Amino acid sequence: MSEPTARTTLSRAYRDGLAEEMARDPDIVVLGTDLFERGGHWAQVTGLGSQFGPDRVRNTPISESALVAAGVGAALAGLRPVVDLNFLDFAFGAMDEIVNQAAKIRYWWSRPVPLVVRGSTGFSGGGAQHSNAIEAWFCHVPGLVVVMPSTPADAKGLIKTALRGEDSVIFCMHKMLTGARGTAGGPDDLVPFGRAVIRRPGQQVTVVTYGVMTGRSLAAAERLAADGIEAEVIDLRTLAPLDLSLIEESVRRTRVLVVAAEDYRPVGLGSEIAATAAETLADVLGAPVLRLGAPFAPVPHSPTLLGALSPSSEDVEHAARRAVKLATAR
Amino acid sequence: MRPHTLPGPDADPGIGLDGVAPERAVGWLRQMLLIREFETVAGPLTTSGAIPGGMHPSVGQEGVAVGVVSALVSGDVVAASHRSHHVALAMGMSPRAMMAELYGKATGCAGGRGGHMHLADFAAGFYGSNGIVGAGAGIALGAAFAQSYRHEPHCSVGFFGDGGANTGRVWEFANLAASWRLPLIMVCENNGYAVETRVDLATAGESIAARARSFGLAATQVDGQDVAAVATVSAQAADRARSGGGPSFIEALTYRFGGHDIGDRGRYRTEEEVAWWQRYRDPISRLCTELRQRGWLGEQRHDELADEAAALVRDAVDFAESSPFPDPATVARGVLSPALEDRSPTARGSA
Repeated sequence: MSEPTARTTLSRAYRDGLAEEMARDPDIVVLGTDLFERGGHWAQVTGLGSQFGPDRVRNTPISESALVAAGVGAALAGLRPVVDLNFLDFAFGAMDEIVNQAAKIRYWWSRPVPLVVRGSTGFSGGGAQHSNAIEAWFCHVPGLVVVMPSTPADAKGLIKTALRGEDSVIFCMHKMLTGARGTAGGPDDLVPFGRAVIRRPGQQVTVVTYGVMTGRSLAAAERLAADGIEAEVIDLRTLAPLDLSLIEESVRRTRVLVVAAEDYRPVGLGSEIAATAAETLADVLGAPVLRLGAPFAPVPHSPTLLGALSPSSEDVEHAARRAVKLATAR
Repeated sequence: MRPHTLPGPDADPGIGLDGVAPERAVGWLRQMLLIREFETVAGPLTTSGAIPGGMHPSVGQEGVAVGVVSALVSGDVVAASHRSHHVALAMGMSPRAMMAELYGKATGCAGGRGGHMHLADFAAGFYGSNGIVGAGAGIALGAAFAQSYRHEPHCSVGFFGDGGANTGRVWEFANLAASWRLPLIMVCENNGYAVETRVDLATAGESIAARARSFGLAATQVDGQDVAAVATVSAQAADRARSGGGPSFIEALTYRFGGHDIGDRGRYRTEEEVAWWQRYRDPISRLCTELRQRGWLGEQRHDELADEAAALVRDAVDFAESSPFPDPATVARGVLSPALEDRSPTARGSA
């Protein structure tokens, strides 16, 4: 590991990681709307237009299907395209290209499709069609890697791994973390896929989380610690493939599991992790696995309604307390 | 638009071969005979169940694939549709690898994981057939983008049908290719029917080529049953693409002699119509007639080519039948890159 750089933001760290890889590899091209001058809608490629020119940072028509299709074909031809959808919600216009093309080609023909589809995602203002939490959709597709960093260092390290790897990657960046601050690594600090990280060690309850819920879970852990409850917070970072080994290792120590995800509970990441725990950790679990997730409703506009959607730090805290209490009572 | 499938006057105006070298024209025939033989043999094998699933036969459309591919060189790329055996064979794909894939055998081009809609041979520049209507043209679009980005003197061809011409994605592809002047050739095999729906009943506007023209592509309609005419417009399109002139669109008016798939009962068209096309617009008979009239093809040579095709397909069937099925234990292998494979929950299997 080289020395971490000065404090930066998640969005800027992503951009720096992309820029370093583009400087290293001329086969990397970025396709998307409003990238060249504007730098994208989330400042994710600010300045890359002037740095790399319009051939490599390409403004495109609003044609998601054509963008991802072009990305798949170009990846097959040896390029490393980054298709930037700005909003991950717009992936719905390219779902066939992602699910039926990019994800399946390796399985058929052992041919890598080194494609990155990046989008900002997660509950925030902007209404129901621009703020979906759809990361779990992609996790249900064999052949895709799905990542969602919660820190600048992971945003930078994960995009680097994507651009040096051989998989099709759905790169989710939570909108509410666009300006999240922290340090980032150097040019060769990669964050491997499929490896979660313990953000805070603890012995009494494991909180598995990712994305925007990571900070909320860490804040909850602070308050829990004040009451003598030591929570271990695991940030998944990669949502597919899941790092089930680290979760298992942690729960074997704590015997208590809470999954704190922002997305909907039905058929979500929480369901998957809880079900896996029920299958493989029944012998050690001291309490039922508790899942946090959003009420099952589209993303509303009004701030009061929106505030009711995403699980809060207090929700994590309460769930952890309840789970620990249930375990103690047994 | 007007349907092109209704029977016309009972006469074949014939095809021309002016400017075509005899051996080149005979080479086209050789490829077309191989395609027809492959389909003619594979069809009943599908009906009998030896080939699992189904297949979309390309009989009648051989001239389009052979004519288009005749304009290509090594380094060019082709991606195709769900009906693509003719394209795959024209690209020089191994009949063994194809037939074994149809059979679902480990020796197939996708190891039995794909089936007849997922044939590919990247070494030959064949970036795959595609089960999703219109999607192959998008793969070709991306390959054309890569060629353009790298300033390669090559082009990419995307095949789709009249059905694909009614998907939104195809026109996203056309617009992007024209906007960026990509070396893409979009080939619409208009065989008159999107499965069972006649093209004129579901397609507005003057023609599919006219739609493409409005997007700024150099667009033309061609008689898809005339391999030489297809070759001519394809060569023009390839020259345009390679010289930086941008994308082209070829609407090849063609006809499938068989059903949409094996088992299609054909209730959406008359027997007279099919018979008319077989009698007056068979691309192979038309080429043979012209070759004979020019004295470029004797009976003996024709029979040699037919025997060669039969032998190749027989060998492909023997190969497929004697090949092993893939090991069921490998069902979840190769989903992600090797570095991640063991981390995939599917690789772990059920509890």
